[in-house]
Amino acid sequence: MNKKNILLPLLWLIFVVILLYLPIMVLIFYSFTDAAMIGQAGSFSLSNYVTLFTEEELRGILIGTFSLAVLVSLLSTFFGTIGAIGSFYSGKKLKFLYEISNQVPVVNADVVTGFSVCILLIVFFGMDKDTYIPLVIGQMVLCTPFVYLSVMPRLKQMDPKIYEAALDLGATPGQALRKVVLREVWPGVLSGFSTAIMLSLDDYFIATYTKPAVFDTISTYVVNATKGSQTEIKTALWALSTVIFLFIAVVVVIRNLTSGREER
Amino acid sequence: MELSLKRKYLGIPYLIFLFIFVLLPLFVIFYYALTDGTGHFTLSNFGHFFTNSRAIGTLIYSMVIALITTAICLLLAYPTSYVLSRSGIKGGAAWLIIIVMPMWINFTLRLTALKEILSFIEGNLAFHPFLNTIIGMVYDFLPFMVLPIYNSIEKMDTALLEAAEDLGAGKREVFFKVMLPLSMPGIVSGITMVFLPAMTNYVVLDMLYNSTYIMGSLIGSYFSAFNWNDGAMVSAVLLVLIGLLTWLTGRVSDDADREGARL
Repeated sequence: MNKKNILLPLLWLIFVVILLYLPIMVLIFYSFTDAAMIGQAGSFSLSNYVTLFTEEELRGILIGTFSLAVLVSLLSTFFGTIGAIGSFYSGKKLKFLYEISNQVPVVNADVVTGFSVCILLIVFFGMDKDTYIPLVIGQMVLCTPFVYLSVMPRLKQMDPKIYEAALDLGATPGQALRKVVLREVWPGVLSGFSTAIMLSLDDYFIATYTKPAVFDTISTYVVNATKGSQTEIKTALWALSTVIFLFIAVVVVIRNLTSGREER
Repeated sequence: MELSLKRKYLGIPYLIFLFIFVLLPLFVIFYYALTDGTGHFTLSNFGHFFTNSRAIGTLIYSMVIALITTAICLLLAYPTSYVLSRSGIKGGAAWLIIIVMPMWINFTLRLTALKEILSFIEGNLAFHPFLNTIIGMVYDFLPFMVLPIYNSIEKMDTALLEAAEDLGAGKREVFFKVMLPLSMPGIVSGITMVFLPAMTNYVVLDMLYNSTYIMGSLIGSYFSAFNWNDGAMVSAVLLVLIGLLTWLTGRVSDDADREGARL
């Protein structure tokens, strides 16, 4: 392809990237100032970051959100992985049942998923929200199908002979499963885990409908905070956006570097 | 086959999980949607919805927002995916990561950023609630449209495009008669990724001060009022819509697959 043709596509890509990143970049810039509004003149300041990490309430929310994400993702990864393995070795009919029910939360609107879990556990079974059980289960419903979906292709790619070979060489079925099958699908398990983390961190709707009243995740807190007018909290959220942006950027880069290496 | 039985049993906990927490809630939703507060069977929940002009207005408003959002996302995402995989630009994969990455940043924080920018540009967000909602939705969902379309264009067999050219098709013909049909599965899955959230994600409206309701907002407000039956009714309406959409798009992508095989 000649050089002339590349300019226009390049300009288009730059346009799209600016569209997607302008708001975040402006926010990151202003998070390092003492301005209370975008466009307001301000001088360099780290006060937003100080507030973010010292304000008791905000710190609790950060810790709570991340702990929840880790707990939910570990459980989801466990269930999704054994689910995928079980489904892979099941007969046609059972496999269809797995696939169909696994697809429900994927295509469903998050509002409906959250509300239906709330109706089942809290209204129908009368479970107490304050136990955090509805919240954890609700987010698992959201995350586990994606773990299943990222493990499944690895199982399909796997050479079925290596499992048989392990058995022939004297491994028990349990050992063969752990040391051969699990090792083969491990990249899928890891990418499922990181997808689960990100889904849980991004979730607003499931949390709203199932969380204890006193507990807030980043999402539910941000939505409530924008309705109020506390400037200090508002600008501390800019700092939070910056931190999360950097965190995600690092995770995404690492994830792509490692998966790239593996394919080679 | 004793061994394969053992491996099969491994999935039972997840199957039980799916049954109790994924399938059962759907039944419970329909149960609550079809009963009144005292547990008696009734169709009046649905009756109220479909005879209430405001409720129907909400349904239409959500669909309009979802349609416009989906169309704009498609118009932005298709050229982007095309450029990423076909223009010979260096580092296509890196560009893709950059474009898709915002998808993983908490959407409420991204909306906060957008809100600040829009308030700066417009002075007051209340002047353009509809426009802001569309901007917010597109900003939120665009990466979800790019990813599937990119995948479908990327894995397309280039030989088919070249063959069309060799057989005398013009550039326009190659695009409309070969490339576009072949990327249909990606387009369809992009549409499902955007359309439904755009109908239901009421946080976009709330955060950008659009006080009009979409379908999701109805569930939210019934939830706040502890009105489970009407909330379940709206969820049931959405579920039927989702089922229809999934069935329809499943058919389209099957057709497209078959078409692709025939080409």
